[in-house]
Amino acid sequence: MPQFAALLRKDSQPVRYLVVDDSVFARKNIIKMVQLFGGEIAGEAGDGLTAIAEFNRTKPDIVLMDITMPQMEGIEAVERIVRQHPAARIVMVSSVGYQENILAALQKGAKHFVQKPVKPEVLYEILRYVLSDDPTAAGAPVALAGEHRS
Amino acid sequence: MRMDLIQPFINAADAVFAESLQGPTKIGDLSMEEGTYRRKGIAAVIAIKGDIEGRIILDLAPEVARKVAAILAGSEAADDQCARETVCELANMVIGNSVTLLNDQGYTFKVFPPEIHTSDEGLKGSADTEAMVLAIETSCGSIFLNIAMHHLARRRRERDLAPLSR
Repeated sequence: MPQFAALLRKDSQPVRYLVVDDSVFARKNIIKMVQLFGGEIAGEAGDGLTAIAEFNRTKPDIVLMDITMPQMEGIEAVERIVRQHPAARIVMVSSVGYQENILAALQKGAKHFVQKPVKPEVLYEILRYVLSDDPTAAGAPVALAGEHRS
Repeated sequence: MRMDLIQPFINAADAVFAESLQGPTKIGDLSMEEGTYRRKGIAAVIAIKGDIEGRIILDLAPEVARKVAAILAGSEAADDQCARETVCELANMVIGNSVTLLNDQGYTFKVFPPEIHTSDEGLKGSADTEAMVLAIETSCGSIFLNIAMHHLARRRRERDLAPLSR
C-alpha cells in the first residue's frame, strides 16, 4: 500500500470521517484507507437512516457514502443530511457509477463521486480536492500535497 | 441470452478481480445452464430490476473465498464471516460496474444489495431464463459467475408491437 502525506484540518487536527456502507468489509477497507491518509473515524453506519443519526451525533468533516443500501439508500440520505446541514461534505463511494446516479447524488448535494473498487490514490486526490474547499481544513494538505510515495 | 447483455458482466468481473487481487485473471469457458443452480461454496446473489431483470450469483469455493478475503483484508488468513462479507462486496462491485456499462448502452434498472445464498437447494432462474456460467481464473482459484437475465416482458411486448403501430 502506498504512503500518503496526512490530510489535516486547518487546526492541524485529523480530518474526521463518517463511513457509510452496508458492507462491513467495504467499511473496513475505506477506514483503512482514510487512516492511511491520517484521518480519524467519527462513526460508521450501514444504511442511510443510521447515517443521518450518526451525522447529527458526530458532526464529521467528511462523509463517505455508499449508494445501494437497505432501508434508506445513499442518495436520499445525502438529500436529508444536506437539507439540515448545507455545509456537509459528502463523497459518494459506489460500484454503480452511471451518470444518472452521479448526477442525482450531486444534485442532492454530494461533493464528489468515486467508483468501487476504490484506488487509494484516487480517493486521496478526491478528498484533498473536497477538503480544499473547506474553511476548517488546510488549503492544501500538510507536506507533500498531492503526492504519494510508493 | 444476448451477448451484448453478458459482455459487460465479463468485462467488469475481469477488471474488478484484476484490480482487487492485483494479479492476472483469465476468463475460462462459458456455458449455458437450465434449471436450478447449485452453489459451489460461498455464493452471493444480487437481483436486478428494470429494463433487464434477473439475478447474478458470484460463487467461490470456501478455500478460494478465504484466500481472496485474506488478500483484500491485508491479513494472513480470513475466517468464514470475513469470506462471506468479501464475496458480497466483490459481487456488489462486479454488478455495479456491469450495470454502469449497461447503462451507458441505454438500459436502466435498479440493483439490490447482495444477499448470501445459503440454501443447499438450487436457485431457480425464471421460466423463460437460462443462465450463463463462466469461470474466472485468478491467482486464488476459480471464481464463478452465474447470470440469469431477461428483458422485461412488458418492454419486449412494447418493442414487438412497435412496428404495427406505425
